[in-house]
Amino acid sequence: MEYVIEVEGLSKSFKDVQAVDDISFEVKKGQCFGLLGPNGAGKTTTIEMLEGIVKASKGQIRYFGQPVSKEALTKVGIQFQNTALQSYLTCRDTLKLFSSFYDNPVAQEELIEICQLGEFIDRFHSKLSGGQKQRLLLALALINDPEVIFLDEPTTGLDPHARRLFWELINRIKSQGKTIVLTTHYMDEAEFLCDEIVIMAQGKIIERGNPQALLGKHFSDSLIRISPQPLPSVITENYDLVENELYQELSTQNIEETLSQLTQANVSLQGMHIKSANLDDLFMKLTGQKLGEEA
Amino acid sequence: MSAMTGAWKRIIAVFKARNLEFFRDKGSLSWSLIMPIVIIVAISAAFNGDGKAQYKVGVMNALPTDNSVQALGTSDSIETANRSLNQAMAEHNKTQEKQHFFNLKYVEFVVYNDLSEAQNRVQRHGVDLLVDWQNRQYWVNQTSPKGYVVEQLLLGQGEPYQREVLTGKEVRYIDWLIPGILGMNIMFGSLMGASYVIVRYRKNAVLKRLKATPLTATEFMVAQVLSRLFIVVTMAAIVFALCNWVFDFYMVGSYFTLLVVAASGALCLIALGLLISCRSQSEELVSGVSNLTTWPMMLLSGVWFSLEGASEFIIGLSKIFPLTHMLSAARAVMTDGATIADLRFELGLLLGLGALFIALAGMMFKWEGEAR
Repeated sequence: MEYVIEVEGLSKSFKDVQAVDDISFEVKKGQCFGLLGPNGAGKTTTIEMLEGIVKASKGQIRYFGQPVSKEALTKVGIQFQNTALQSYLTCRDTLKLFSSFYDNPVAQEELIEICQLGEFIDRFHSKLSGGQKQRLLLALALINDPEVIFLDEPTTGLDPHARRLFWELINRIKSQGKTIVLTTHYMDEAEFLCDEIVIMAQGKIIERGNPQALLGKHFSDSLIRISPQPLPSVITENYDLVENELYQELSTQNIEETLSQLTQANVSLQGMHIKSANLDDLFMKLTGQKLGEEA
Repeated sequence: MSAMTGAWKRIIAVFKARNLEFFRDKGSLSWSLIMPIVIIVAISAAFNGDGKAQYKVGVMNALPTDNSVQALGTSDSIETANRSLNQAMAEHNKTQEKQHFFNLKYVEFVVYNDLSEAQNRVQRHGVDLLVDWQNRQYWVNQTSPKGYVVEQLLLGQGEPYQREVLTGKEVRYIDWLIPGILGMNIMFGSLMGASYVIVRYRKNAVLKRLKATPLTATEFMVAQVLSRLFIVVTMAAIVFALCNWVFDFYMVGSYFTLLVVAASGALCLIALGLLISCRSQSEELVSGVSNLTTWPMMLLSGVWFSLEGASEFIIGLSKIFPLTHMLSAARAVMTDGATIADLRFELGLLLGLGALFIALAGMMFKWEGEAR
């Protein structure tokens, strides 16, 4: 298997904070690879070490089997989580500026078409909506026709329609054979886009694999969610239970049988909800936290 | 594409983008144009009004001491001794009523040791009259109304003086002031303009985005210097042209030389701005350091008033400021017609300091801020 990126024993500390702690993983060519975790888990620091923006304290990063070099980084496109562009430039001016930085940039019209910038190309970028700005930033990430594209929480703050539109763009780019490394704390985004994920918490990788395989590994069952209440021992001893202030969740392979037991034990089924497990549930199970929370 | 061609392509792209950013920001653009014009008009109005009813007389070598004033008066008394007692008494009473010329109120006396420099000041109306009381000689500019008034005051003393006539166009306060105001404007535009842009770029992660491209720190810095230089010199030239149209400045030297002086000074100050902002992402810190740098220059570099007559310490201190050298060079071009060769010391110093500041800023430059 051809690995585009190989990471081995990577660590980064800022003064007395261990942001990333001895992580290792590989990214295969043409796949969409997701780094999941709550805010502060070390996703952005990891991705910035891969991009060459932040220097690692320890560990190795290899692109196409070679150590990171200036040459290797020319094959990389980056969309940062928070970035600004020079003020008072239109989208076209901005594309022109960034095109000038590269020897063989992608043609402007092609980028405008791929990222659907046509309707606002001559507008100042400061006047764009969140989704439009992310599409412009994606175009900048693609301007050097990169083989690897890093997207750091690209849909944070976007409305559902803009997010869907952005996912379609990413799938289009992926279909061109490009490798995508994505950080997100939206489980639906990771499930929709990623072929493989690593889940990070407090700078460490706590789980990795294909999203569906991971869900299968950790949740062979359906989930029954009920309101918080004291549960009899016949329930607590026989079921995997996740509890928090808002609900209690039981994992079961036989929904009918569990419902029958709950009824017999006089457990209130008011507000009951039955669902399949998703990555948010997985993260909750692994860390006791939701993905969007601070680490 | 060769590395050098690629580098210049990137520099020109950043240069153009920065210029677009400045010239499309109507607020900043208007302020940069209007502020210096308002200051020039205000100062001109203030110093050309009734408040400037003062005469300036140059005195060669030294002012007469009290004894020498009396000695000058003694010659009067020798003459009067030959007159009748009544006449002498009348003259005496008259003398009691009038003051000696060198003690007159509202006349400022400035001592010169170099005759040609002093004559030059009379020609430019910098002083209204030049008196060599030891040799009983004075020089007056025929075209100076104030020179005429002070001449009459001198002759009213009844002492014999030989009259020498000089001619020359007046150098008004506004002519002297304009290089100062424009220099100050160039200083703020260069130093603060360059430093604030870099800090803003760093703070909101524009620099971080640029770092993720093949653009190098040196290319970025060169583009910033060139862009700011273009903006500052263009704005200064527009303000100068507008004010010249209104005030018709005294200009002996070449406009090209003046442009070279302005560009050299601006380059030095832009480089200083880059040095100040090469690492920080705190606008407050950079603002503080910029103020600490610009205010002494504004007060001690001769923007508003000549440092002639200031203490040696102040004059020595003023020499460490780039603005002092830019202003003295600009005034030398405008009032004395100095050439680039005449100004090689000032220009060399400004360009040398500029190169030093850019090199230091380049070595210490930091792309990243805390924006994630």
